[in-house]
Amino acid sequence: MAGVPDQRKNGSRAEGGLATDPDLPPPSVDKARLEAEERRWTPAKIALWAAIALLGGVAWFMLAIVRGETVNAIWFVFASVCTYLIGYRFYSKVIERYITRPDDRRATPAEYKADGKDYVRTDRNVLFGHHFAAIAGAGPLVGPIIAAQMGYLPGTIWIILGVVLAGAVQDYLVMFFSMRRGGRSLGQMAREELGVIGGTAALIATLLIMVIIVAILALVVVNALGESPWGVFSVGMTIPIALFMGVYLRYLRPGKVMEVSIIGFVLLMAAIIGGGLVAQTEWGATVFHLDKVTIAWGLLIYGFIAAVLPVWLLLAPRDYLSTFMKIGVIVMLALAIIVVRPEVSVPAFSEFASRENGPVLSGALFPFLFVTIACGALSGFHALISSGTTPKLVEKERQTRYIGYGGMLMESFVAIMALVAAISIDRGLYFAMNAPAALTGGTVETAATWVNSLGLSGVNITPGLLSETAANVGEQSIVSRTGGAPTLAVGLAHIMQQFIGGTAMMAFWYHFAIMFEALFILTAVDAGTRVARFMLQDSIGNFVPKFKEASWRPGAWLCTAIMVAAWGAVLLMGVTDPLGGINTLFPLFGIANQLLAAIALAVCLAIVAKRGTFKYLWIVALPLSFAAVVTITASFQKIFSPVPAVGYFANNAAFSKALADGKKEFGTAKTVAAMEAVVRNTAIQGWLSVIFVVLTIIVIATAVLATVKAFRDKAAGRATTDNEDPAVPSRVFAPAGLVPTTAERELAAEWDRVPADVRLERAGH
Amino acid sequence: MSAGMALVANGFRGFARYLGGVMGADAYAKYLEHHRAAGHQEPPLTEREFWRDRTDRQDTNPQGRCC
Repeated sequence: MAGVPDQRKNGSRAEGGLATDPDLPPPSVDKARLEAEERRWTPAKIALWAAIALLGGVAWFMLAIVRGETVNAIWFVFASVCTYLIGYRFYSKVIERYITRPDDRRATPAEYKADGKDYVRTDRNVLFGHHFAAIAGAGPLVGPIIAAQMGYLPGTIWIILGVVLAGAVQDYLVMFFSMRRGGRSLGQMAREELGVIGGTAALIATLLIMVIIVAILALVVVNALGESPWGVFSVGMTIPIALFMGVYLRYLRPGKVMEVSIIGFVLLMAAIIGGGLVAQTEWGATVFHLDKVTIAWGLLIYGFIAAVLPVWLLLAPRDYLSTFMKIGVIVMLALAIIVVRPEVSVPAFSEFASRENGPVLSGALFPFLFVTIACGALSGFHALISSGTTPKLVEKERQTRYIGYGGMLMESFVAIMALVAAISIDRGLYFAMNAPAALTGGTVETAATWVNSLGLSGVNITPGLLSETAANVGEQSIVSRTGGAPTLAVGLAHIMQQFIGGTAMMAFWYHFAIMFEALFILTAVDAGTRVARFMLQDSIGNFVPKFKEASWRPGAWLCTAIMVAAWGAVLLMGVTDPLGGINTLFPLFGIANQLLAAIALAVCLAIVAKRGTFKYLWIVALPLSFAAVVTITASFQKIFSPVPAVGYFANNAAFSKALADGKKEFGTAKTVAAMEAVVRNTAIQGWLSVIFVVLTIIVIATAVLATVKAFRDKAAGRATTDNEDPAVPSRVFAPAGLVPTTAERELAAEWDRVPADVRLERAGH
Repeated sequence: MSAGMALVANGFRGFARYLGGVMGADAYAKYLEHHRAAGHQEPPLTEREFWRDRTDRQDTNPQGRCC
């Protein structure tokens, strides 16, 4: 036990002094037994892990070293799954042993605060699915696709290694520390651990970041639906479907969640098929053919109404639909990739990996690849879910490793599958779809000419292929369908039609994919607006107390309007941007998300230090410094880079100068109004970058100060304050992971023999 | 044959129950269980009241959804 640091002295409260009920079986597997079980390496166990390591090694070799014409998609599956298994079995156990040190003798908030409503002990496997459904959304389906411009390998390495060493670590730690604090939110933990300055900076940063994230997710939807009558109809139909489900659940058959979800799902499929029929009719094509600006305004108005309507009417039913679709789609995609095993012809490193002027995403691989792929590798937004909601449902402390760390590995796998779907389509098609219209010219002929002029190896696209693909997926055009979602939809349709239905089904699969992405995003937009509104109300409430009353309508409406106006402005800016919207704004999304991750990790760093764990602080410091270096470098380049394609202010200066010189067009902006728009947009984007990076530096600095102070306190023998809830002895037991160990099974059987009234004797909590 | 069918049916039921758990369909059952266990004197909320209360509380206490 010589290698186990610090734990005896500081963990004393958890180690001893916790009197569990002697009339009950122990609520925790005996520590020595647990240790022995983990240390015992039977030949079968050794063979299993050797096989996993070997298979993973071969898969990585096929992806990274072998340079053939094509690489089979199955290697992505093996490389990722084997790495996840090793990371989960070995690295997350290191974190458990040296940093979190869960103690199953302590009751979780779901036990000691049980109210049958918010705090409910939930079966670990169910909670795993629940947590996963809450963290996974459209993010991992978009970033990897945009980053595929650089070839498949940089993105693959970052998604897989990033999640093991950073993303899953963040989710696990935030969940664990929030659980020890009765399910407190990240903002509350920041205030407690970092003090007023750090806490306030974290709060403002979170609010701004949410605005940016909602705006850019909305932009993805707008880009996918622009000039697509089929898409507009079927996504539009989700609103009446959700309203119907809401009324059904409220008045007709309350609580029949599965029943209404199945009805909703059937209606959704009907809406997709109906969309195809409507788009073929003349009136349908006219009525639902909307340009992007109109859709953006529609989304803005929708966002406001949805956020002030009661939850039961729109948000709750759509959340059911979205969860239902999410699980279905992900299982389907995994099955399809394993069954079809598409060949990938994209090179490991593309011509753009070493340049900073790629058409889809501008900037060099470092740092921009790492901010473009946020969700799936390291996503700060998860810290908002991992704190608050899930910790109130965890049954036993040791389960947080499975739910927090394991749940994030699962999301990373979704990102890998999205990447595979996107790179299994023709490379020329990829660039024709993802480059802004200013480059492709917007027609199949100009797009084909432009793509072929890039001089990419093995790329020779014809206008015929572009119009044929568009016809196959039931769209008028697929040129410059930026934002990632349409590319994923084409990739998914391409894979799924080989699995079920053939070419005739491609249009259905394409719109099915657009539909589920739109569903996820609309749910995120609604929920994001609501959460942000409450944060704003709370903040204003510090000065005008009336605003703290959630039921005060004028305050609620005003704050909702402010939040919608904020993300709406960014959305409209992206939609009308002459430079191509998503291409300039997506880096801001990634930077914002990673900055939030840096904030969450900074809070964890301070907590870990205060718990007295210095020897293993690097486990938190490593992802924190990486996130900090990446995002601060990316922000600095966005602020200070002299290259107009990279730096917001450089671009601003170039366009201002052109205007001052009296030019009538400049670069991709063809009118004076467009040039003025660029000047305005780049200024806003630039200043947003400045604000983000300043706030984050403040948070990280306060966290480092708190860490240093904890270190000094320890050196001087002073007691550190600890914001955990007091330990309460647990009266329940449940296994920690997916499969119970022998010891866990025996203990569970012992608990099963305890009469229910004895077990639950602690009445009147 | 019928044993195989029963196995499939069982598997399907288990999956449906799992999915229901993930989506929160069993919330009322869990509330009743808690109510019994906690030994409250007043009668529990009816199913209709419970779901109403649940969504109405979400109005003032929104849960984030991720990207």
